[in-house]
Amino acid sequence: MSNVYRVVMQQSGQSFDCSAQQSVLKAMEQSGLRCVPVGCRGGGCGFCKVKVLKGDYECGKMSRLHAPPEAIANGEVLACRVFPLSDLIIECQQ
Amino acid sequence: MKKGVMRPGHVQIRVLDMDAAVKHYTELLGLIETDRDDQGRVYLKAWTEVDKFSVVLRPAEEPGMDFMAFKVVDEASLQQLERDLNDYGVEVEHLPAGELKDCGRRIRFVSPSGHSFELYAEKKYLGKWGLSDVNPEAWPRGLKGMKAVRFDHCLLYGPELKATYDLFVDVLGFYLAEQVLEPDGNRIAQFLTLSTKAHDVAFIQHEEKGKFHHASFFLETWEDILRAADLISMTDTSIDIGPTRHGLTHGKTIYFFDSSGNRNEVFCGGDYTYPDHEPVTWQAEQLGKAIFYHDRQLNERFLTALT
Repeated sequence: MSNVYRVVMQQSGQSFDCSAQQSVLKAMEQSGLRCVPVGCRGGGCGFCKVKVLKGDYECGKMSRLHAPPEAIANGEVLACRVFPLSDLIIECQQ
Repeated sequence: MKKGVMRPGHVQIRVLDMDAAVKHYTELLGLIETDRDDQGRVYLKAWTEVDKFSVVLRPAEEPGMDFMAFKVVDEASLQQLERDLNDYGVEVEHLPAGELKDCGRRIRFVSPSGHSFELYAEKKYLGKWGLSDVNPEAWPRGLKGMKAVRFDHCLLYGPELKATYDLFVDVLGFYLAEQVLEPDGNRIAQFLTLSTKAHDVAFIQHEEKGKFHHASFFLETWEDILRAADLISMTDTSIDIGPTRHGLTHGKTIYFFDSSGNRNEVFCGGDYTYPDHEPVTWQAEQLGKAIFYHDRQLNERFLTALT
């Protein structure tokens, strides 16, 4: 039984469900929303950079160019590599 | 090939997660692992390729391309090309034999576009995978995934296309097969070849230096491209666009991403060329159709998602 969390976009107020095993970007794509730009979906191109304003999450490996340690510490991460551990509020960085 | 530069030899690609990358390049693309080294690099080749490797994966914190290499016909040509590069004012770095396993000495230089290229003359000959050199069968059984036939070319993004063109054409002996020109004649895309292929390496104008758009692998038929698309879905691999056709080269194609966000292409068919052919020109006003012949629209991700 996996946990499902709610991800809210700060700017638009749009929201979608995301399970703990699913990346925020993939959950957004499956919900039919297009609020975060979709690039490589592999942590490489930096298209889907978001800032997590509230909530807990885990990150997969991301390109150091687009998600250096100081950015990660500031919640600036790539949505294709963000896996929620609670409900999230995110802000698009593009 | 007039300067002795023969063909694409290998590409070294940086990956974030080696296990996931090896799975992608072997089980999905169908390359064959031939070796590993103490730097953690993994060596791969496609089944029709005769030398030991054409793709090297290197573990890194930032994906992208380390370098692309071309094989030259012999050591004498390698020495002459090194003199020619030096005379042209290009700084050349030396990598000793064995720095890549079972590869002879390499010389490395950086193009004005900001990409590292290598030339070498020797690499261990393994022959085609699973086939004899004598009375060979049509294909080997036991291939995986898309059963990629060969590493074909790279498309690279960077500035200084004119200076890069001059280096590749005047010093290395490539010729221009296809191009995209702006109304004032400025070239924003150049497809360069050593052979009858529409491209052995291609460049597209981009402000940032040294960016990697894709590494491309050859398949035989449109049915193979459709089957590749099926496999991309079956494995939940990140798709970019396709199956479709390019205007440039007229190749039939599909694009997808490896697990670190590096773009791959598999393609079939397309134009051939000889040195007496005038280059094929697409006008920049028709760039949408030049890139995707069916959609005829510019696609922001394809144009700007890079590693």
